[in-house]
Amino acid sequence: MDITVDVKDITSGVEVRVKGEIDAYTAPKLSEALYPLSKREGIVMIVDLTEVSYMDSTGLGIFVGLFKSVRAHNGVFTLVGLSERLQRLFDITGLADIIDIKSHAEGGVE
Amino acid sequence: MEYRENMKNKYREALSTYLQDQTEQALYQGQKISKKSIEYNIAPEEIINIHKNILMDVYPDTPEKVLDSFDFLLEVMMGYGFAYREHQNLRHIQQELESEIKIAANVQSTLLETTIPNVDGLEIGAISVPARQMSGDYYHFVQDEKKHIGVAIADVIGKGIPAALCMSMIKYAMDSLPEHRHNPSSVLESLNRVVEHNVDPSMFITMFYGLYNPEKHLFSYSAAGHEPGFYYEAATKEFTDLSARGLLLGVDKKTKYVQYEKKVERGDMIILLSDGVTECRTSEGFIERETLIKFIQKNMHLHAQDIVHHLFKQLEKMQHFQLRDDFTLLILKRNV
Repeated sequence: MDITVDVKDITSGVEVRVKGEIDAYTAPKLSEALYPLSKREGIVMIVDLTEVSYMDSTGLGIFVGLFKSVRAHNGVFTLVGLSERLQRLFDITGLADIIDIKSHAEGGVE
Repeated sequence: MEYRENMKNKYREALSTYLQDQTEQALYQGQKISKKSIEYNIAPEEIINIHKNILMDVYPDTPEKVLDSFDFLLEVMMGYGFAYREHQNLRHIQQELESEIKIAANVQSTLLETTIPNVDGLEIGAISVPARQMSGDYYHFVQDEKKHIGVAIADVIGKGIPAALCMSMIKYAMDSLPEHRHNPSSVLESLNRVVEHNVDPSMFITMFYGLYNPEKHLFSYSAAGHEPGFYYEAATKEFTDLSARGLLLGVDKKTKYVQYEKKVERGDMIILLSDGVTECRTSEGFIERETLIKFIQKNMHLHAQDIVHHLFKQLEKMQHFQLRDDFTLLILKRNV
C-alpha cells in the first residue's frame, strides 16, 4: 500500500492532501514532503486526512514533529478530515488539546 | 585447491559418461558438482573453462569453432560470476547484522528486566512480546520502602531499533527518580522533561503510571497519551475504560499531569495494555475493545498470569501468528 502526498500552494502557505495508508513504510515519504515546508517562517499548513484509510503511531509521530516545527517557525498547523478512528488516536494521546483539528466544513480545503 | 582438482576429475568422468550414453545418472552427477562448486565458491566462468579443457582432452578433434565459442560463453558468464560474488558478500554482511541485532536484543531484555513483586492479596500478570527482534514497549514494577507498588507501561511511538534504544533511556530515567517521588503525576512530569530534553524530536513516548497501596487498596494513576486500559468492578461485574487525560511524553516540557484515584475492592481488576493489543489487525478488521473484554471475561477465574497468557495466545492466533506491533498486557487483580 502506498500513499500520495499532494501539495498545493495557497496565499499564506500550503494545503496538503494525503491519500492512502500511513505506516512505517510510507511515513518517510510524508515526512520528506512536508518537513522542509514546515521550516518556512510563518507558514500556514493545512493537512487533509480525509482519504487516509489507516494510520499507525509512526504517522502520529510525524504529525507531532510537523506541528512542533511549524510552531517553532511561528506558523499555523491544522489537521482536517479525521476519521473517527484517527480522532480517537489524537484524543487519547492528548494531542487534540494542542493541535488545531478542524472538521471538514470549517477546514478551508474545498 | 584440493577440491578443485577433485572436481575436475569428477567433471571429466561425468561429462565423458554423459557424452557417451546421455544417462540421467550422469546428469545427476552434474547437479552434484554444481552444488559443491557453489559451496566452494567456484565461479561460473571457471566451470566453463574446465569444461572446455576437458573437452579438448577427451575429444581432441573437436572443431576449433566450437572450442572458440566457449571463450565467448566464458566472457558472457563473467557478469554472472561478479553478481554471484556480490550476492555472497551481501549475504555475509546481512548475517553479521542479524547476529548483532540478536545480541542487542539480548542486551535490551537484560537492561529492561523487571521483577514482578510478590504481594499478599494481589495477583499480578504480565506479558510483553516484541513484533520484531527488539521491542518499543516497556513495563516495569517497583516496590518502594512503604511497600507500595509502582507499575509503569510505556510505548515508544516508532518501531524497531531506534524505538528500543529510546526505551532503554526511559528505564534509566525511572531508576534514577528519587524514592519519595513515586507519585504518578510527578513521575510523568519528570520523565516528560527527560524525554523532551534528550530524545529525537520526532520520537515520543506514551506512558501509564500507577501506584498501588496494598494497605488501603488505593490505586492512583496518571497517563501520558497512553491507550486506556480497563477497570473491572467485581460488585457490578462491569468493565469500564481506565482513561486518564494527559499529553504524550516529549512534546511540551511544561506539561502537567492529572492524578486519579480508585478504591480497589476484592475481585476488582486493573488491566493495562499497549496499543499493540488494541491495534491488533485481523482479517476481519481491527479487534474491538468489546472483543477483548469478552476474552478477559472468559478467563477471569484464572490467575492473572494465566489470563494474560491466554489472551495473548488468542490474539496471536487471530493475527495468524504475525504480530504487527509490540504487544504488552498487564493485569493486577485483588484477590483478598
